[in-house]
Amino acid sequence: MTLPLHLTVNGQSVAEHVEPRTSLADFLRDRLRLTGTHLGCEMGVCGACLVLLDGKPVHGCLVLAVQAAGSEVQTIEGLAESGALADLQRAFHERNALQCGYCTPGMLITAHSLLETTPAPDRGEIRTALSGNFCRCTGYESIVDAIAVTIERRAEGAGA
Amino acid sequence: MKPPPFDYQLADSVSQALDLYARSEGDALWLAGGHSIVPSLALRLQAPSLLIDISRLPELMGITLTEEGLRIGALATHAQILSDPLVRTHAPLLSEAAAHVAHPAIRNRATFGGNLVLADPASEFPAVVRCLDAVFDIVGPEGARQVGVEDFFLDLFTTALEPGEILRSVLIPPAPASLRCGFDELARRHGDFAMVGAAVWLVVAEGVTTEARICFHSVGPTPMRATLVEEALRGRPLAADEINAAQAVLGNDLDPADDVTLPGATRLHLARVLLGRILHRLAGQTAMETAA
Amino acid sequence: MSDRPAHIGQPHLRHNALRHLAGRGAYVSDLQLPRMLHAAFLRSPMAHGLITALDVEEARTAPGVVAVFTAAELNARCKSWTSGLGHFAGMVSVPQNILAEREVLWAGHPVAMVVARSRAEAEDACERILLDLDELEPVSGVDEVLLPGAPLAADGLESNLCFRTELKTEGVAQAFARAAHVVEGDYAFGRHTPVTLEPRAVVADYTPSSGQLTVHHGTQTPYQFQDIYARQFGLPDHKVRVIAPDVGGSFGMKLHLYNEEMAAVAATLILHRPVRFVADRLESFVSDIHAREHHVRARMALDADGTILAMDVEDRTPIGAFSAYPRTSVVEGNQSIRLMGAPYRMPDYRGELKVLFQNKVQASQYRAVGHPIACQVTEALVDQAAALLNIDPWEIRARNVVPDDAYPCTSPTGYQFEKLSHEKSLRLLREMIDYDGLRRDQAELRNAGIHRGIGLATFVEITNPGAAFYGVGGARISAQDGAVVRLTPGGEVHCAISVTEQGQGTETIMAQIVADQLGVNPDQVKVTTGDTDTTPSGGAAWACRGAGIGGETALRAGRKLARRIAEIAGAVLQADPDTLALRDGAVVDAATGVERLTLAEVGRIATYRPETLPAGTDNSLSVAQHFAPTGYPFGFTNGVQAALVEVDVETGMVRLLKHWVVEDCGRIINPLLVDEQIRGGVVQGLGPALFEECLYDENGQLQNGSLADYLVPMACEMPDIIIGHVETPTEDTILGAKGVGEAGTAAAGAAVMNAVNDALSPFGARLMQTPMTPARILAALCVGQG
Repeated sequence: MTLPLHLTVNGQSVAEHVEPRTSLADFLRDRLRLTGTHLGCEMGVCGACLVLLDGKPVHGCLVLAVQAAGSEVQTIEGLAESGALADLQRAFHERNALQCGYCTPGMLITAHSLLETTPAPDRGEIRTALSGNFCRCTGYESIVDAIAVTIERRAEGAGA
Repeated sequence: MKPPPFDYQLADSVSQALDLYARSEGDALWLAGGHSIVPSLALRLQAPSLLIDISRLPELMGITLTEEGLRIGALATHAQILSDPLVRTHAPLLSEAAAHVAHPAIRNRATFGGNLVLADPASEFPAVVRCLDAVFDIVGPEGARQVGVEDFFLDLFTTALEPGEILRSVLIPPAPASLRCGFDELARRHGDFAMVGAAVWLVVAEGVTTEARICFHSVGPTPMRATLVEEALRGRPLAADEINAAQAVLGNDLDPADDVTLPGATRLHLARVLLGRILHRLAGQTAMETAA
Repeated sequence: MSDRPAHIGQPHLRHNALRHLAGRGAYVSDLQLPRMLHAAFLRSPMAHGLITALDVEEARTAPGVVAVFTAAELNARCKSWTSGLGHFAGMVSVPQNILAEREVLWAGHPVAMVVARSRAEAEDACERILLDLDELEPVSGVDEVLLPGAPLAADGLESNLCFRTELKTEGVAQAFARAAHVVEGDYAFGRHTPVTLEPRAVVADYTPSSGQLTVHHGTQTPYQFQDIYARQFGLPDHKVRVIAPDVGGSFGMKLHLYNEEMAAVAATLILHRPVRFVADRLESFVSDIHAREHHVRARMALDADGTILAMDVEDRTPIGAFSAYPRTSVVEGNQSIRLMGAPYRMPDYRGELKVLFQNKVQASQYRAVGHPIACQVTEALVDQAAALLNIDPWEIRARNVVPDDAYPCTSPTGYQFEKLSHEKSLRLLREMIDYDGLRRDQAELRNAGIHRGIGLATFVEITNPGAAFYGVGGARISAQDGAVVRLTPGGEVHCAISVTEQGQGTETIMAQIVADQLGVNPDQVKVTTGDTDTTPSGGAAWACRGAGIGGETALRAGRKLARRIAEIAGAVLQADPDTLALRDGAVVDAATGVERLTLAEVGRIATYRPETLPAGTDNSLSVAQHFAPTGYPFGFTNGVQAALVEVDVETGMVRLLKHWVVEDCGRIINPLLVDEQIRGGVVQGLGPALFEECLYDENGQLQNGSLADYLVPMACEMPDIIIGHVETPTEDTILGAKGVGEAGTAAAGAAVMNAVNDALSPFGARLMQTPMTPARILAALCVGQG
């Protein structure tokens, strides 16, 4: 059985038919070919599949695609193309805050959301915000550094 | 880890949801935030014919202050529990606990009601609502009913909710004056299910504990009240000797089983340490306020 | 050639990181091919048993199913494989096939394969397969598995002993006999697993009309798999192409042979359609290699002033029901017993290794093979000796390390060290951490009931392995690498090289190295990796060889091309090539620096106007170079780590406050990338020291095989890591680089274990088991034991 599904993905309206059992992450990856949303555990503990659903980060593996009907979904591809992540991407690049890159979209989405919702998080708060994002390569410090420097730069930019 | 096939229906109203369930002949599950059901389906632990999506039912939404207390809709997310000003004011124990529940993205979608009806003994909210003496507002084919928290959590992953019933909201009775409450837990990693956690709710008048409710999680099949500890505290000053005495009787309240990560005796020890720390903190709060 | 190294040693950024930051990584798990099918497996629910019934008929008719395979169909397509290396004399292991035929050897052993239109439908069909097993007693213990009459892990074994060896110097008994002090312990290390964030992934695609097999495979060693697929399936190797695009973490895990990848290849050979297998996380836990369960009994002999005389070590390491292919599961233990005591002037040594079979997931090489065990045992004994003799832990190390002026030298286990820098490293570490200040703080806080501990761990790391590692044992695993470097007609540079990229920065450092040889900017050098059709064959990425061996290959290839360019330019300019140099994208007069000819002009002439060159001029703007190390068998590196922890003695919880590493990897090609390799490695060492363990019950069932239950290190619990460097280049190569990938992992666990024990020392408690869980710490403190 498939059901009709209408939603907005990265600003574009999408009309598809999906099996109810299809997760939002699988729908984005397999149907829309937005493969920047990754699967690492399929049970909501690794953070590789984070997307913004109506502006908030959620696990694409824990949301059924049909439940996103009528919603606005933003993936790493959409966020990157919009320029919303430009300073975070720059800081991650400069600080080499990624190795294999598989956790990176989820890390960026967590970082983006943290910076949207928390005015000036310290390193401890950054680490807490990242507590649901697994990275096997970096040891996390460079990711924390990259987010911290983005916060500084945004504060300087706002002050200028 | 792909779920087995099932049908899906989005319910527009509680009555429609109940009707859909009735027609499923019991082979349906409610779906709200989905943060327990979706992984359990992916693990193929369940295979319902139908998921009835109740995540958009207005009757299950909202956090409001009423004369009876704070009414929290079952669809309130963990993030709302963490940040809602009404919860922070009238049920601070819940917001304090919410910071320990999983991670930010999970909290954005997982629901308060979904967490409670799952009745995971390692989960924080069941212990807190037991401490807060919450009342569950349940609706089913036979109409609505209210169930007190002492009658709600029955066993491991088992509640008083009958198949086909929906948890609509939870009522937190008004907080008394002179309330001191605290939540804490010991978890291996931030956001993990805890090795042990405790919610402590005390009424302390002029340095003396007049009422006490203490509830642990991760130490038994349900959120576990420590009634002997409560008794040991009641009517006595909240001070070091009394706290020691209360800690000493905890072993009569709790008897955690051995498991693969922790011997029961060690878990009990951790519960005792945690209890002492929370009680000392609450005692200190009182003292500080007195000093001020 | 270019005479000015401008980019080697600089913190160049990784160009290929930009794709990932835009969500445009290209992993095997992202790949969709036309008519692609999806595989799922029915696995044994029991750790050990005999198949009494297997009925797949109902699965064959399930929706979406294209084929269901059992051993009868798949194993016939593929030669069986048996693990072994010639230099591990006496090693045994039973032959393996794609699917279990008669006997299942671990809980998770694939029994049947479903190939369907979607993964979901393949999983649906798996539920319709009927499998009956007669349970056999699983082998799950350690010492008892060798007792007479013990059940055997697999049919065909005579005992559960895979391999035994002993290293022994003449004087070891005498050293213990005359020792003033002996310290000892029984150390246990929990089985853990790599948990790459991208699980294992393969898309196998056979085209019968051309006889071409293309395997898109998330691996670090594509050439090894090209060879395996060709030989096992009877194909000529040039008809087998293995493509490893972006790989979401590997760490040694993705270079072993797995049943599922072989099944995907067999299935595409039968079905003539692309077949995809991507492990889900539950499958990862029961099919990826596990690693490093060791049970070590060790003693250290010292003289009266704390000089180490000898060590005596017995290491038992269980691996699973068979040894992994093609590298064997013996290397881990072999390196463990050979690295014991490596940093120290220790004249005598006895090390005995027993590799044991169990009915568990195969265990084999994972990042820092053997190192953490050797380091943790040695460093624990050194700390125990320091405590016994009342010598400061830093001081006892300073007294015992091999002095920096004593090289070259050979360890009592036979390792030849070219030049290490323990003394310099220890001194640098002491300054970096303000050791005396830390000890003062520790003493003050102890009075306040706060228990901090400082742990030190020196280490030696094996890098740049030559053919002594596998090749001499008969394994078709290359110790050499190859590169093709070419000047494009537009004057840019392309380098195709056999070392592979998993995010460590291979492509970036190769661009830096080649750029310096050709006098161009690294941005002008495009580096291609990970495709057996388009890059020369080589070892790829394992055992810390990329920078040292791959880098030297790139350097020599770059120099060869530089010489060729100078010759062509010389021909054009009627100048002696020896008077020319390459700088800033041009051929210049070496003496004056005056530009004579741009590289673009060289590219244009050699490509489009070769007839204008003097007769006999070689206009080949592509050069190939292969390189294998020929000096020391291995390029050893060294370093020292320190950990500062705080232990809550009531709860057994450990907070990692800070971690330091001083490391000497020889010539540093890119300090930014080196430091992040170290940090990531440290955290992979801290994980198994504090959190990670595959917990089995007595029936051989994994109890915590999900990412919710198996605790990997997360951001909140990990410390900031401060890094310092000593640079002692190897003289075996022009480049002088050694490896750095294992350094962090090698000693992090040892440092933190020593730190925890330092914190617990006022209580007379000592842990000798990892992970150091709260339960184990409380048990050591005799708290909360009922």
